[in-house]
Amino acid sequence: MTTFWSLWIIILTSTCIVLVTWVLFANRKAAVQPGSDPDDKTTGHVYDGIVEYNNPLPRWWFVMFVISIIFAVVYLVLYPGMGSWKGTLGWTSVNQLQNDQDEGKAAYASSYDVYKNMAIPELAQNDEAMKMGFRLFANNCSVCHGADGGGNYGFPNLTDADWLHGGNPEKILETITRGRIAAMPAWGPVLGEEKVLQAAEYVLKISGNEFDAALAEQGAKVFAENCVVCHGQDAKGQYATGAPNLTDKTWLYEGTRENIRQTIRNGRNNQMPAQEQTLLPEKIHLLAAYVYSLSHTNAK
Amino acid sequence: MTEKPQSDKPEIRYVNLYEPEAKIYTRKISGFYQRLRRYSGIPLVALFALLPWISIDGRPAVWLDMAHEKFHFLSITFWPQDLMLLAWLFIIAAYALFTVSTVFGRVWCGFTCPQTIWTLIFIVIEDFCEGDRNKRIKLDKQIWNAEKIARKSAKHFLWIAVSVLTGITFVGYFVPAPELVSGLLPHVTADGNWGIGLGGWPIFFVLLCTGMTYLNAGWMREQVCKYMCPYSRFQAAMYDKDTIYVQYDAARGEQRGPRKPNEDYKAKGLGDCTDCSWCVQVCPVNIDIRNGTQWECINCGLCVDACDSVMDKMDYPRGLIRFTSETQLTTGKYRIIRPKTIGYAVAMLIMVVAFSYRLSVREPLGVDVVRDRSAHLFRLDGDDIQNVYTVKINNMDQQEHTFIVDVKGEYPFRIINSRKVHVKSGEVYSLPVRIAVPKEQLKGEENKITISATSVETGLTAAEESTFMGPSHD
Repeated sequence: MTTFWSLWIIILTSTCIVLVTWVLFANRKAAVQPGSDPDDKTTGHVYDGIVEYNNPLPRWWFVMFVISIIFAVVYLVLYPGMGSWKGTLGWTSVNQLQNDQDEGKAAYASSYDVYKNMAIPELAQNDEAMKMGFRLFANNCSVCHGADGGGNYGFPNLTDADWLHGGNPEKILETITRGRIAAMPAWGPVLGEEKVLQAAEYVLKISGNEFDAALAEQGAKVFAENCVVCHGQDAKGQYATGAPNLTDKTWLYEGTRENIRQTIRNGRNNQMPAQEQTLLPEKIHLLAAYVYSLSHTNAK
Repeated sequence: MTEKPQSDKPEIRYVNLYEPEAKIYTRKISGFYQRLRRYSGIPLVALFALLPWISIDGRPAVWLDMAHEKFHFLSITFWPQDLMLLAWLFIIAAYALFTVSTVFGRVWCGFTCPQTIWTLIFIVIEDFCEGDRNKRIKLDKQIWNAEKIARKSAKHFLWIAVSVLTGITFVGYFVPAPELVSGLLPHVTADGNWGIGLGGWPIFFVLLCTGMTYLNAGWMREQVCKYMCPYSRFQAAMYDKDTIYVQYDAARGEQRGPRKPNEDYKAKGLGDCTDCSWCVQVCPVNIDIRNGTQWECINCGLCVDACDSVMDKMDYPRGLIRFTSETQLTTGKYRIIRPKTIGYAVAMLIMVVAFSYRLSVREPLGVDVVRDRSAHLFRLDGDDIQNVYTVKINNMDQQEHTFIVDVKGEYPFRIINSRKVHVKSGEVYSLPVRIAVPKEQLKGEENKITISATSVETGLTAAEESTFMGPSHD
């Protein structure tokens, strides 16, 4: 705040308080017309022949005004309000928020403590814990994976038995905590378009789709020379590199011919962001149990 | 109000625009209306005091549970979404107040208002400790001696005792009373110190209500009615020529004046009013009803009792001050059935019937559907278009239900992850639901669907509309 605006506020506010105080005290009494009847109950004010009757406010009302003025002055000393004056209590909306958040954390800490040391498979059977897990998932994970964890184009389905980086409790916990980065290199520039088409046909074949037999035969060679490093001899993928199983019907980027060619030609980059910076370990623990429960129990 | 002229300018006189309100010393009176007040007040206070202690289905009969945002009233539980019902209840209550005011004036103020009843209780205590009107005036004027201290402190002690009970009872509507009372009793806590088992907020509100009761019924009294209460002003606006309220029969009473017993006062030109001023002495708002109807009057009828007792003594007919209407006073005729009252009664009846109907058809089940907004639509491998929803099933019934969720729409929508859910009484259950439809069959980009939850046990059902997003076709 500039000095000008600070002074502007200070002058306006204090002038108002002084003015209000003056008005209050100046109007405690009214002068009555000279020579009027002492038992007359009017204020002596006459407007267009209408006489103002004096119906005095009760004293306690007057006292309440005085209390309000005192309150205003005390408030403006204790709290920020007078321009750039910070107030003697040092209150700010930021530390108010911080306090509220700390209180919230302290209040909810106990509800996480109960589950902190329970094993994930055991936790996955616990109804109350999974209701908390659902809410954590809804707030942190559902944006990409969907509210039901069923996934979307480019975001894995968490409710099936197919895993890119492993589906045991430890691996799930690791994925959420540290995040995952999986990259499928772009093979177009390396192999040339012909071999890309051949490899795609082979992938269609091993995943049980319609395929061109001649191209697939060539593709098998391309696959053996280039792809097995990550996807394995049997093309079933491996958790270490996050290379997916190519022999099933589960696809991250849809299993159409055009999409498979696209994947081989241009590669794919995918990232699961690490949550350790944003979520407390006990929350991640509960989340891991919830994700585990999605593919391991029917009733959550 | 007026001050002595100031010495240097003797012609100028000042009036105070604020003034301390004179303390009102009411004279004790007994009579028909005072009895009526007592017998309408006692059951109301008893109801107020006992209601928090009555339980139904293992919870308080009336419990305004702020923490869980639920109002339990007898066997019905109101949820935040029933706010409209609450609003209508208040509207009907306000309307009933206006109806009664049109017919009988401010009888609510005089006979049933908590402010009046608690003031009455406090006056009874005051009377018990300090004696009647004249003794109280004397006591206030005399110097502080042992007797005055004893009487005053006894009064305030009893006032505070009543206030504390009132405060606890009032908070008992928000915190279950047995819990509240046991929580207020000091006991040795786990860490070995003395403490009480109640949080800061209930204690704050008990103290606040205690303080307010003490202040309002002990010190503020009629000031609340005169300067704070909006209902008293509303009610005054309802008065008309046929409204019955306390009035002084000036034609019969004037010329007022003192007289000797058995004197032929009529020959002296006097009316029935003996100018004993009892009607002023008993008045809780300190007005002289003989000056006509005044805005402070709460229609309590104490001046009627006072006047009647004097009339009895004088052997005059009762009713010099009585409940009567302006028309009745001048013409002797009274009509209770008139266009205005018929209108009020009909409007009242319609509202009560509509409210009862609405309450009776109220389904104790709420379904809320929230569509996943993160993605326009969902698409995985296969021939389906998918949308994901969170279905919130709010079981407001008193028992647990098992619900099946179903979807209906123009196209063959189906739920992929369908399952039965058990929802406890009073629980809000969030169920993620993935709805799919074959790609070729979905024509529109935005499609209406209806998601319903149905109880397996009772068939209780509720539904909510939502939108199913498909790919654009342009």
